[in-house]
Amino acid sequence: MQKISRESLVEKAIAMLQAHEVSAVLGWKKGEFDYDITPALFTDAEDLQKNFVWNDFCGANFSKYLVEKTRNIEGKILTFLKPCDTYSFNQLLTEHRFDREKVYAIGIPCEGMVDIKKIKDACGEGIASIACEEDVLKVTTLYEDAPIAIETETVLAERCLACKSKKHVAYDELLGETGEVLESNRFDEVERLEAMTADERFAFWQNELSRCIRCNACRDVCPACTCEKCVFDNPNSGVENKAAANSFEEKLFHIIRAFHVAGRCTDCGECSRVCPQQIPLHLLNRKFIHDIDRFYGDYQAGAEVGSRAPLVDYTLDDLEASEIFEGRDN
Amino acid sequence: MQVKEYKPLIVAFCCNWCSYAGADLAGNNRLNYPADVKIIRVPCSCRVNPMFILRAFQRGADGVILCGCHPGDCHYTSGNYFTRRRMALLFSMLDFLGIERERTRVEWVSAAEGAKFAATMNDFVATVTALGENKRLEDLRCKK
Repeated sequence: MQKISRESLVEKAIAMLQAHEVSAVLGWKKGEFDYDITPALFTDAEDLQKNFVWNDFCGANFSKYLVEKTRNIEGKILTFLKPCDTYSFNQLLTEHRFDREKVYAIGIPCEGMVDIKKIKDACGEGIASIACEEDVLKVTTLYEDAPIAIETETVLAERCLACKSKKHVAYDELLGETGEVLESNRFDEVERLEAMTADERFAFWQNELSRCIRCNACRDVCPACTCEKCVFDNPNSGVENKAAANSFEEKLFHIIRAFHVAGRCTDCGECSRVCPQQIPLHLLNRKFIHDIDRFYGDYQAGAEVGSRAPLVDYTLDDLEASEIFEGRDN
Repeated sequence: MQVKEYKPLIVAFCCNWCSYAGADLAGNNRLNYPADVKIIRVPCSCRVNPMFILRAFQRGADGVILCGCHPGDCHYTSGNYFTRRRMALLFSMLDFLGIERERTRVEWVSAAEGAKFAATMNDFVATVTALGENKRLEDLRCKK
């Protein structure tokens, strides 16, 4: 389904490695299964040729890895950025989290990534292998003789169905073509929740957040969460416990996690992708983004380097906290 | 049988340079406001981290009010402008999670407004008393 081929990416990466223009390549490789494609660092051509993967499962956003890798590795790092990754890339640059000179960013087009949870819903557990073909995924399970064909479009991740932009906002070089900022319906679900009564919203979130196992995956993967020391790791905070002891802690964790990235979240959707409990965490982030857009004017984090995040800025006639619910009686 | 009258616990974060002095003035002028209001002095309203507010609810507060200098009067020039944005977003998020929006409030009270301080607190306590106990953001481990 992806327009750009794996071979062209590998070819480019090997050429740059062998010319010593870069000393490492940040790419994807197969994990335990065909569908858990994980980020990996490649330093030689043979490894790249053999293990580099580019398919419909390459959802991982590399921007955050650059923070650590640019510090630990001598020389430049080549990285591949999908359009939504470029926003996080810019946001991290805005916050001076890594040295731009140490990165060679190649923009690659993305046709949307698939959601393994949707595939499992469609064909059950016991997936032995998945082959990505043009517009269709061939899923072989342990229980069926013939591979099950699933149309890629029907299992696209939620964040890709509501894709905000196909445009690369940062790159050194582009492979393939860049697209346009899209008209997205990404706030529809937030607005649907807002239209509910407070009781319904409470029940909805109680149901969602009570599944949280505090694995901290949403925090660890988030390209906006790059503090060296996290408030949730403080042993004196009372919330460093692995498992949330009760519903208060779940709410505290998720409100604060979302609040700490408010105004800096680019809405890349990584939090929901990695959540093992399928909690729609992106809705909390989108709520903040939607509120910021409504209260303080449209703002897209990462659209340009150096833009001032709404929460470190103010105007003299901002909305008062008492005015935010005006015209809403639910 | 005697039914114990419900008394809410209110936490008021008061800026050292304005509302804390405002509370003092209210006292000097013998203005009444409920004793259920527990004041926590902060150097500026923007010192209040969203975590403080959630923590207050966890430890048994039924309502949290944040008092700071009027916009334009901040001792540190711009602190309360940041508070205003932060709290608007935080309160909106609490509402999004289905928590009663009347439990949280921001008020601008200057050092000269003892009467406003007392009136604000009376009004807020009445609002929270009508709502009843904080059930949606409670931590059972912190209950006596």
